[in-house]
Amino acid sequence: MIDQRSHLYGVVGEFEDAALLVRAAAKAHEAGYRDIDAYAPFPVEGLSEALGLRSFKVAIITLIGGLTGGLGGFGFEYWVNVIAYPLNIGGRPLNSWPAFIPVTFELTVLGASLAAVFGMLALNKLPQPHHPLFNVERFKRATNDKFFLCIEAHDPKFNLGEAARFLQGVQAQHVVEVKDDD
Amino acid sequence: MSNGQPPLDNPQIRRLTPVLEPGHTYASVTDKIASIVLTRPMSLGWLAGFTLSFSVLMMLTVAIAWLIMKGTGIWGINIPVGWGFAIVNFVWWIGIGHAGTLISAILFLLNQKWRTSINRFAEAMTLFAVACAGIFPLIHTGRPWMAYYMFPYPSAMGIWPQFRSPLIWDVFAVSTYGTVSLLFWFVGLIPDLATLRDRAKSKTQQIIYGMLAMGWRGSARHWHRYQSAYLLLAGLATPLVLSVHTVVSFDFSIAIVPGWHTTIFPPYFVAGAIYSGFAMVLTIAIPLRKAYNLEDFITMRHLENMAKVMLATGLIVAYGYFFEYFMSQYSGNKFDLYLTQMRFHGPYAHFYFALILCNILTPQLLWFQKVRSNVPLLFLMSLIINLGMWLERFVIVVISLTRDFMPSAWGRYSATVWDYATFVGTLGLFTTMMFLFVRGLPAISIAEMRELVAHSEEHE
Repeated sequence: MIDQRSHLYGVVGEFEDAALLVRAAAKAHEAGYRDIDAYAPFPVEGLSEALGLRSFKVAIITLIGGLTGGLGGFGFEYWVNVIAYPLNIGGRPLNSWPAFIPVTFELTVLGASLAAVFGMLALNKLPQPHHPLFNVERFKRATNDKFFLCIEAHDPKFNLGEAARFLQGVQAQHVVEVKDDD
Repeated sequence: MSNGQPPLDNPQIRRLTPVLEPGHTYASVTDKIASIVLTRPMSLGWLAGFTLSFSVLMMLTVAIAWLIMKGTGIWGINIPVGWGFAIVNFVWWIGIGHAGTLISAILFLLNQKWRTSINRFAEAMTLFAVACAGIFPLIHTGRPWMAYYMFPYPSAMGIWPQFRSPLIWDVFAVSTYGTVSLLFWFVGLIPDLATLRDRAKSKTQQIIYGMLAMGWRGSARHWHRYQSAYLLLAGLATPLVLSVHTVVSFDFSIAIVPGWHTTIFPPYFVAGAIYSGFAMVLTIAIPLRKAYNLEDFITMRHLENMAKVMLATGLIVAYGYFFEYFMSQYSGNKFDLYLTQMRFHGPYAHFYFALILCNILTPQLLWFQKVRSNVPLLFLMSLIINLGMWLERFVIVVISLTRDFMPSAWGRYSATVWDYATFVGTLGLFTTMMFLFVRGLPAISIAEMRELVAHSEEHE
């Protein structure tokens, strides 16, 4: 039994529309399942709340990236034009900070944007070329017009029969088990 | 939605034209947009357009190769007009890019639904326009292989850039703008690339789109972070786009040349950028929706809204022109007064009057609903405004430089055939990339169109 379970990723069910998926996700969360994930072809309103997702990590990473870009940028300009290579330009003070602001601003935006994108990808563990769900033939439609809810096998409450029955109980169609092929 | 046929000729109804024609489902929008990339056979029109664009692009490579062999002497630039076409074209192209970011970022923050079907190709337009813009300052240096001197790097010579110079600000502004536009565009593309991966029939397509999609599977956890990142990027791109043309205007307004040294330049440049950018979006959208039957997605509502934005920004630009004139009179500065006189009566006066005709008089037709809903006329006006904005930069660069403070420094400028070849060549680069883009990537965001479908179902 244990051996079989290690090859099982979870159970997935398919839904016709977004509202059904949100309801099913909320019920699964209520039923105590925690290692669940929903799949939709577009960001569905209310789905994050239904799954109990509340993460601000991307925002924090972006803030750090922006601060690094801005402070680093200004500090670098200061170091270059005051310490490393001082030049007298029209008698302006070496630390002519207003003239440093445009580059500081651009580097703030650059740092924050790079952090937002790469932070998001890293937290999402992308790129990830393969995923067990790709073994499910119908899952192709998760990027087209269908909605999926997967209860994962490593959830402490997971039991194959119960999870499948639960999904059928919340009007999921084509409930199938997801094999992890390695 | 009512069951009866709506009276289409009623203006009240026409003004409420939806941003997505009714009757579409998730699958139908996916099919329609993805099929342009995946299944549609190559059409003769596409091939002809691409061939023409590519030939013009080849002309650009010849022009640049000749420039590198001979130096900038092949252009019409000399003292006193050292900037000429290169800078005119740079400012023109970078301005065109601005509408893409405005549509994708600012309209996103303002929650404008009509942005959805036009943002993808408008962002692509931004990227390609920035690529065209970037060429000019690079080749204008005369020795483009030394351009890396502008970046701060620990060189063996021990020298560093001078951060008080607007030209260095430009390097940072334009390269940041290019990078952030690319990131924004790519993040928006990820879910659609996954759609293409899952629908592709050939192995090559599956591999290419599969690698680009990076394993996106529409997970709710992913969407949660994705939306947060996308919103943050929109919030970052908004001040960025305003800053870029502001910095470009600093190239002029920091200098003391008459006609350049004015505080109105930053807002007036930004408005002009958005103005010309929307004109370019229309120039692309009108043939695109026709060629690929996308009238359901890019509806009259989009075209009319873009026409209204052009009218509004055109009025801001007109205000800028008026205040340039007013301030020269009000200041009593004799150099500014003389420059204004030269704009009206000097050797380049015909450019100035053509500019007023293209940028201020023609767009006033957009006040009329009949004009805004006339597609061929809108297309023609978009071309006229593009031309007008190019003339604006020509007037700013050339008239000021030919009429400096000292009569001994006055001169004339005329472009050579190589100036024209380079400029027209970048148009070829732009359209070549546009042609490749519409067949290689979804020109409309499929994931966002599905959201629109979901919303329109809610309101049913």
